[in-house]
Amino acid sequence: MYSEKVMDHFSNPRNVGEIENANAIGEVGNAKCGDIMKIYMNIEDNIIKDAKFKTFGCGAAIATSSMATEMVIGKTVDEALALTNKAVMEALDGLPPEKVHCSVLAEEAIHSAISDYKRRMGLSDEEKNCSGCCGRCKEENE
Amino acid sequence: MDVYMDNNATTYMKKEVLDAMLPYLTQQYGNGSSKFYKIGRVAGAAVRDARDVVAKAIGAKINEIYFTGSGTEADNWAIKGAAFAKKDKGNHIITTQIEHHAVLHTCEYLEKHGYEVTYLPVDEYGMVKPDDVENAITDKTILISIMTANNEIGTIQPIAQIGKIAKSHKILFHTDAVQAIGHIRVNVEEMGVDMLSLSAHKFHGPKGVGVLYIKNGVKIDNLIHGGGQERGKRASTENVAGIVGLAKAIEIATENLDENIKKLSYFRDRLISGILEKIPYCRLNGPTENRLCNNANFSFRYVEGESILMLLDMKGVAASSGSACASGSLDPSHVLLAIGLPHEIAHGSLRLSVGDNTTDKDVDYVLEVLPPIIERLRAMSPLYEGVERREN
Repeated sequence: MYSEKVMDHFSNPRNVGEIENANAIGEVGNAKCGDIMKIYMNIEDNIIKDAKFKTFGCGAAIATSSMATEMVIGKTVDEALALTNKAVMEALDGLPPEKVHCSVLAEEAIHSAISDYKRRMGLSDEEKNCSGCCGRCKEENE
Repeated sequence: MDVYMDNNATTYMKKEVLDAMLPYLTQQYGNGSSKFYKIGRVAGAAVRDARDVVAKAIGAKINEIYFTGSGTEADNWAIKGAAFAKKDKGNHIITTQIEHHAVLHTCEYLEKHGYEVTYLPVDEYGMVKPDDVENAITDKTILISIMTANNEIGTIQPIAQIGKIAKSHKILFHTDAVQAIGHIRVNVEEMGVDMLSLSAHKFHGPKGVGVLYIKNGVKIDNLIHGGGQERGKRASTENVAGIVGLAKAIEIATENLDENIKKLSYFRDRLISGILEKIPYCRLNGPTENRLCNNANFSFRYVEGESILMLLDMKGVAASSGSACASGSLDPSHVLLAIGLPHEIAHGSLRLSVGDNTTDKDVDYVLEVLPPIIERLRAMSPLYEGVERREN
């Protein structure tokens, strides 16, 4: 059901883990739906020097996290923001239709981490680093 | 090393079963309904003998056994057939939240056609309360359908008790016993059922053949219309080889029942105690008693089921999961939700079901490869971060 590339990134995921003193952290998804992606980045001089991830989810969720982190390392912030879920999917030689949302999650995780970076740098007016999709903050505050 | 741990999904076909079937796939290819020449009569006699074997195996009479194309067809026939035949009497059906989709989706279909269905809840072990069944009965109730044993978490239901309730209210009672043959004693008289579904491939028979037992005197509508096969109740040229295979398989399964239960429970219990001991943040889903002798089901917190299956597959282990991804839907297994598991814990489920060819070596292997798989996925899981920190 999965391409060889997906199997490769699932069985040997690149960039797993956390970055100590990361200056960009984004988390998307929720446990109820069965997938959470958390991406850590180290951004210097507008360049993504390093990216790592932690993911709770299926094979496709892990493979897209791995591929997305690999694709943004070395890119500028704007280049990383231009990364689409379609590009991640193509780089993995495609995903089954029911797994397309995993690639969307990967795109959102990159965006979420960069919003966090911009907020930390005072480059953004956004109060919260939240796409408003998961309702998890609400649950946590209850 | 290849280890098959998905016997609740299907089983390998036994050599004796294949040997019994082969003549009917080659030389004896006659149509079982063609009575005016020899190879037709040979096929017809094989079907008759098979019917007798099946009847004896479940304590039924020979004319109460109807061969179908699958367990799913048997469920569809029992439920739709009863609903249509009794529609002047009422429109209410009682079933449970943990039935197989063959029953659940059939009931949902009937709801679209004016029937009302009560889906009874179960307790935390997946057990239906007979009192709940009785309390759900109304003067419109025409059918009760409750599975003998659950395919995901192995819960064996109090069918005989429910049978008495159904009988005292004169309501038809159907049970999906697809997981039961070869694992618990199945006797239609003792169980007090009017209809019972079986599927050959769950007990080392071929795929594509099942049985619906219909008690004499019970009238339900036909599902498959056409020729006059199965005494005018189920059209379609008899799957002679499949029927012969089903009979051979049920004969073996019921002859060696006690021995089989003892052997399978031993492997099941080794898996359960080994996994609970070796893997933290893990729970057994389903009961410890009144459980199918071949079924074990676990939830591992902080990880997702499809990933577990993929890593197990890389190690040669075949298993299944009730996670949304594994079930191809957005929600995790309806059975795991019905026993009260939160979504995130249901997503991390793993079913291991042992079988006739399971060995101690297989169990040792699973107990060796599974803990590092769970550990590896947890190390990757953001949900596990806080847990690790609290531990250290």
